[in-house]
Amino acid sequence: MKLLRRLLPHPILTLLLTLAWVLLTSTWTLNSLVFGFLLGLLIPFLTQPYWPQQMRLKKPLKIIEYILIVLYDIVVANVIVARIVVFKPNAKRQPAWIAVPLDLLTPEAISVLAGTITMTPGTVAADVSAEGHALLVHCLDASDPEAVRDEIKQRYERRLKEIFE
Amino acid sequence: MFYEYLIAGFLVMAGLFGFVGSFGLLKLNDPMSRLHAPTKATTLGVGGVLLASMLHGAMVEGDPSLHELMITLFLFLTAPVTALFIAKVHIHRHETNKSLPKAGEDGIWATHDVAETSTETDKA
Repeated sequence: MKLLRRLLPHPILTLLLTLAWVLLTSTWTLNSLVFGFLLGLLIPFLTQPYWPQQMRLKKPLKIIEYILIVLYDIVVANVIVARIVVFKPNAKRQPAWIAVPLDLLTPEAISVLAGTITMTPGTVAADVSAEGHALLVHCLDASDPEAVRDEIKQRYERRLKEIFE
Repeated sequence: MFYEYLIAGFLVMAGLFGFVGSFGLLKLNDPMSRLHAPTKATTLGVGGVLLASMLHGAMVEGDPSLHELMITLFLFLTAPVTALFIAKVHIHRHETNKSLPKAGEDGIWATHDVAETSTETDKA
């Protein structure tokens, strides 16, 4: 078991890399499947020192719900931000830094949260605190920074905590 | 016929959001706000082109392609990293621990958390 763990540190990553290669080549042949699987074995093995701990997913099916919510939010927020950019004068815009205290503990979950914050327009995750207990977020236009912080915690962080921890 | 209108609609939407993204880069007046503009262009702007491309491949050419999904995946992996690094450079050069909100129980943001080391120029 220990040897298998060392040779195959991230089994899910191996599967995803194989799938990614087959999708990239766009040819459904045994050839691309085998080569993709070889890459899927080699890459996690070589990058193991940078990702030593095992990742655990408590509720993997909740990922689908999370992706759908984030996609919906991206579309809605894009329209809101486009209106701010085009119609709101710079003098009236209120850019703000906000600190979001984190309940998440695993680095993978925090990375996904930071990525989500950046990809939903209007907010950019700018930094993490020294020991990883808070995220620094920049808002394009926030008249009520507390509301933005609470929405990030309620909408994204709560769901990520269910998925990862 | 119906698909062609849908494809055209997606392309127009993508062009519109791409334009707003570039316009924002010009109009917004501070570096951190300008960072918001490219994240828009990569989400709905590129997303619209990719949706149109997938529809065109599947319906008009009869050759469905999944490359677009991979482009979306790679964009969603790389765009936040670039934005984070630009933001970190800004924090490093233009912000101090006092100009930012309090970093919770840790007291300091990671970019400012550097050990005081003497550089070559200090010694000279």
